[in-house]
Amino acid sequence: MASLQLSRLVKRYGEATVVHGVDLDVTDGEFVVFVGPSGCGKSTLLRMIAGLEPVTDGDLFIDGQCVNQMPAAQRGLAMVFQSYALYPHMTVYQNLAFGLENVGTPRADIAAKVDAAARMLQLEPLLARRPTQLSGGQRQRVAIGRAIVRNPRVFLFDEPLSNLDAELRMQMRAELTALHRRLRTTMIYVTHDQTEAMTMADRIVVLRAGRIEQVGTPLELYNHPGNRFVAGFIGSPQMNFLAGAMNAGPDGTPMVTLDAAADGRPFAARLGDGGASRRVVAGVRPEHVVAGPVEGEHLELDVVVDRVEQLGAMTFAYCSLPNGERLTVQSAGQAAIAPTGSLRVGIPLARIHLFDADGGKSLTARACA
Amino acid sequence: MRNALRWLTARRGVARADWTDWVSWIYLSLGVLLMFGPVVWLVLSSFKTPAALTEFPPRLLPYGQKSVVVRGHADPLPVYRVRLPDGSERELAQVRRIGIQATLVDPAAPEREYRVNIRDRQPVREFHLATRNYTDIFGKFAFGTFLWNSVFITVVATAITLLFNAMAAFALSKYRFTGRSTVFLLIISTLMIPPTIILVPNFLVISELGLLNSLWGVIWPAVATPTGVFLLRQYMLTIPDELLDAARMDHASEWRIFWRIVLPLSAPALAVLAIFSVMWRWNDFLWPLIVLSRTEKFTLQLALNAFQGELTTQWHYLLAMTVITLLPVTLVFAFLQRYIAAGIASAGVK
Amino acid sequence: MPARAAHAALDIVDVPMRALQRWVGVPRIGWLFVAPNLVILGLFTFLPIVIDFAFAFTGGVQLYPSQRPYVGAGNFATLFDCTDFLDPSTCRKDLFWRAIFNTAGFASVQVALMVLFSLVTALVLNRRTIGRGFFRGVFFYPVLLSPVVVALIWKWVLQREGVLNALLAGAGRSPVGWLTDAHWAFFWCVFVSIWAHMGFYTLILLAGLQAIPGDLYEAAEMDSASPWRRFTRITLPLLMPNLIVVLVLALIRAVQVFDEVFVLTGGGPGSATLFIVQFIYQTGFAEAIREYGLAAAASLVLALTLLLLTMAQLRITRNSFHNRRGSRDA
Repeated sequence: MASLQLSRLVKRYGEATVVHGVDLDVTDGEFVVFVGPSGCGKSTLLRMIAGLEPVTDGDLFIDGQCVNQMPAAQRGLAMVFQSYALYPHMTVYQNLAFGLENVGTPRADIAAKVDAAARMLQLEPLLARRPTQLSGGQRQRVAIGRAIVRNPRVFLFDEPLSNLDAELRMQMRAELTALHRRLRTTMIYVTHDQTEAMTMADRIVVLRAGRIEQVGTPLELYNHPGNRFVAGFIGSPQMNFLAGAMNAGPDGTPMVTLDAAADGRPFAARLGDGGASRRVVAGVRPEHVVAGPVEGEHLELDVVVDRVEQLGAMTFAYCSLPNGERLTVQSAGQAAIAPTGSLRVGIPLARIHLFDADGGKSLTARACA
Repeated sequence: MRNALRWLTARRGVARADWTDWVSWIYLSLGVLLMFGPVVWLVLSSFKTPAALTEFPPRLLPYGQKSVVVRGHADPLPVYRVRLPDGSERELAQVRRIGIQATLVDPAAPEREYRVNIRDRQPVREFHLATRNYTDIFGKFAFGTFLWNSVFITVVATAITLLFNAMAAFALSKYRFTGRSTVFLLIISTLMIPPTIILVPNFLVISELGLLNSLWGVIWPAVATPTGVFLLRQYMLTIPDELLDAARMDHASEWRIFWRIVLPLSAPALAVLAIFSVMWRWNDFLWPLIVLSRTEKFTLQLALNAFQGELTTQWHYLLAMTVITLLPVTLVFAFLQRYIAAGIASAGVK
Repeated sequence: MPARAAHAALDIVDVPMRALQRWVGVPRIGWLFVAPNLVILGLFTFLPIVIDFAFAFTGGVQLYPSQRPYVGAGNFATLFDCTDFLDPSTCRKDLFWRAIFNTAGFASVQVALMVLFSLVTALVLNRRTIGRGFFRGVFFYPVLLSPVVVALIWKWVLQREGVLNALLAGAGRSPVGWLTDAHWAFFWCVFVSIWAHMGFYTLILLAGLQAIPGDLYEAAEMDSASPWRRFTRITLPLLMPNLIVVLVLALIRAVQVFDEVFVLTGGGPGSATLFIVQFIYQTGFAEAIREYGLAAAASLVLALTLLLLTMAQLRITRNSFHNRRGSRDA
């Protein structure tokens, strides 16, 4: 178990910079998820921590010790690869034992540790088999077992669930979370799936184009996204974004007018800092758009319903606005929304996130406690 | 230029150079030296005059003695660096040599003659390609005949090989007839029978067919290569059968289907087999050695072997012949090595 | 123009072919296409094998088996007539036994060294992505040269006044008779044949190395495996099938070595580099009296050896395949 510090980490391949100065502190025992679209550098970052990629600039500390020059084999970490990377010519037992053999562990100890890991992951009946004789889920567990057996300071996971089917993925998510609770080891998990991030992480690191966009607990990111990218990335279905303009109102309060609002009525914006007049983007999650009466301060919009999906437990209405923008409305249960025709929706003002149209930074984030 | 530098300094991954990178670089450089060096030495030597070849230690580049045309003399005269009695050194052209006395003149002023002891003169050498080595062999040694024999065997054998193997591969891949798998197994099994164990009986067969000392005696046994059949069959299996059916609906005969459809579509595999066949036939040695005993029927390889016995003292001709013999293969290599290497690698993995 | 000529030729041939097709029927026309190949194979491979036995069990100097007297196992008896099997000079056909010993020694040394160097070269080539094509070509070039050319290239280098001795002289050592000394001649036969064939096996091993997924090595790094252990526990086991193929191919070829050696040393000095194929050639074709029977008998001994080697290979690859490989995805 160990803490991790990334200090201004940079990765360059020739002329191209893939990671631009990343700072991060991971406390001992945390489950941190690196999430982001493909190409954002999350895997590269993970591999730098592992020691499989050299650090171009910046410093990496494990338990306070700078490990930039330390080879991967000596860092005391374990990694679960996306392709599992199980040794095809060795049995499951040998796969698990390999790491221990490499550091000269006595044979009795190896047997004990391998058995313990196998029991933890229900691998005992499979110990004599070869990876090619296992199912995807079983191979995944062997890959995890190989990491557990070495009792590493930090576990590294590189998109381990992306090769599994949906049902297996949910099951493995639960198992991994349970594993973390049981072992209490620091875990760094890389994925492109925000659902995995939300369900498993103590803290999420959202990355884009080699930079950290925001770090926070899942609910922090959900409730207070720091910029438009994070707001759009976290949460499924994706947040609705509507264009608008913000100007100073008669009493100096900033007022926002949505392009889509038919009557052009502005609403008061609750901002962290006073804003100059500018173009803004208003974000509201589909689950916060109400197809019906709303209490409290709210904004009303007239929309045209394009399509309605009834899933039984919830209803999705895909609508379009007069200016061509789209709006997704998520209602609980089986809402009585006609599949075509117009609809009046209400958006509670408290649920609106305002972002600077230029740059995407959140204007409302700091206002919320 | 920057790319070259980047290539030269390309390393394994860590920022500093690994010792393994240095070792690899040295190993590969030695490899280049060892693989190409002897061939380069052969080529350089082939351009040396017989005199230069007997020098020990030999010089790297071919040098010949410089010669110059002097007014009043029909042939060019050899040039020497001469130490004159007054101590000075000059480059002079030698007119004649009698015993230990040499008579030299200044090419610019040929009226004045110098008489010098041969010990006081050194030949002046300059870079000189003795292309006579190459031109002579065609005249003196009927080298053209050997070249022709090799070319004839290679071209004809390759053509027949392509035809016969393509026909067999066509039959084995596109037709279902009883005994098909037996035939295939039979053909593949001959891979296990190297020609070295059937030399004597083959000699009898060739003799009976009256093909001893004939180029056809070398060609016919070589055309049924099992590797070729296997290669072409693998490729032809990927040609959809519907094409053949469509052609049959169009009243095409099977022969026409073979010629007009399957063969053109198999062009890549045929090209690979052609390259292999050219290499094999050009380099054949043992079997032609047995079949061809008359000199005028010799292939290049046989001629080289025969002459290295007779002409141990005439290395300059032997070297030139060797260079010519390796030229076609070298050209094929320079342009096509990528394909040959890829073909072998994929075949080896299977 | 050639295309038109070809089409014209095709049309001419087509007429009788159609007739044949009508006669034989489409399914059986396969036999027609396969026939030329089979005829050649039959004439020049299968028939000779049978005749080999005819020669081996007959004696005399006639070429035609019908004119040769039956001697039963006489030829074999002559070949195997030895007081001490380990000392060729005690044998009646001492050249045969010398050839056998030479070939055995040559095959074991040459194959071992060649597989070793091919492996090392493949490992080195596997690391560099840039320029790899060029270096791969470098090692492969000698494979394309004819054996006669290869032998002459090296004969020129190894001459008494050749460049190798010149380099030695430059270093202050006295020249060596590389091809006139029995031990050195043997060494150079091994060296030259490795030089000429290494590239081929390097290619096969390189392909095998490249088929090993890179993330296995990364996993091994994370498993604290040292570079040596990565090599012995991951690379070698996964490369084993290719290594075995290379080993057997090289062995089969080494046992039949002839062309380069014949031109380089002619079997000499004396019979120091006389190998089995040259013995067969000499006995059957190069001596004043052509002993076809003995040559055929020796050929059959060679054939048996090769057969055993091939069967051993099949046995080993089948086992290795089942135990180690399976598919490559982890």
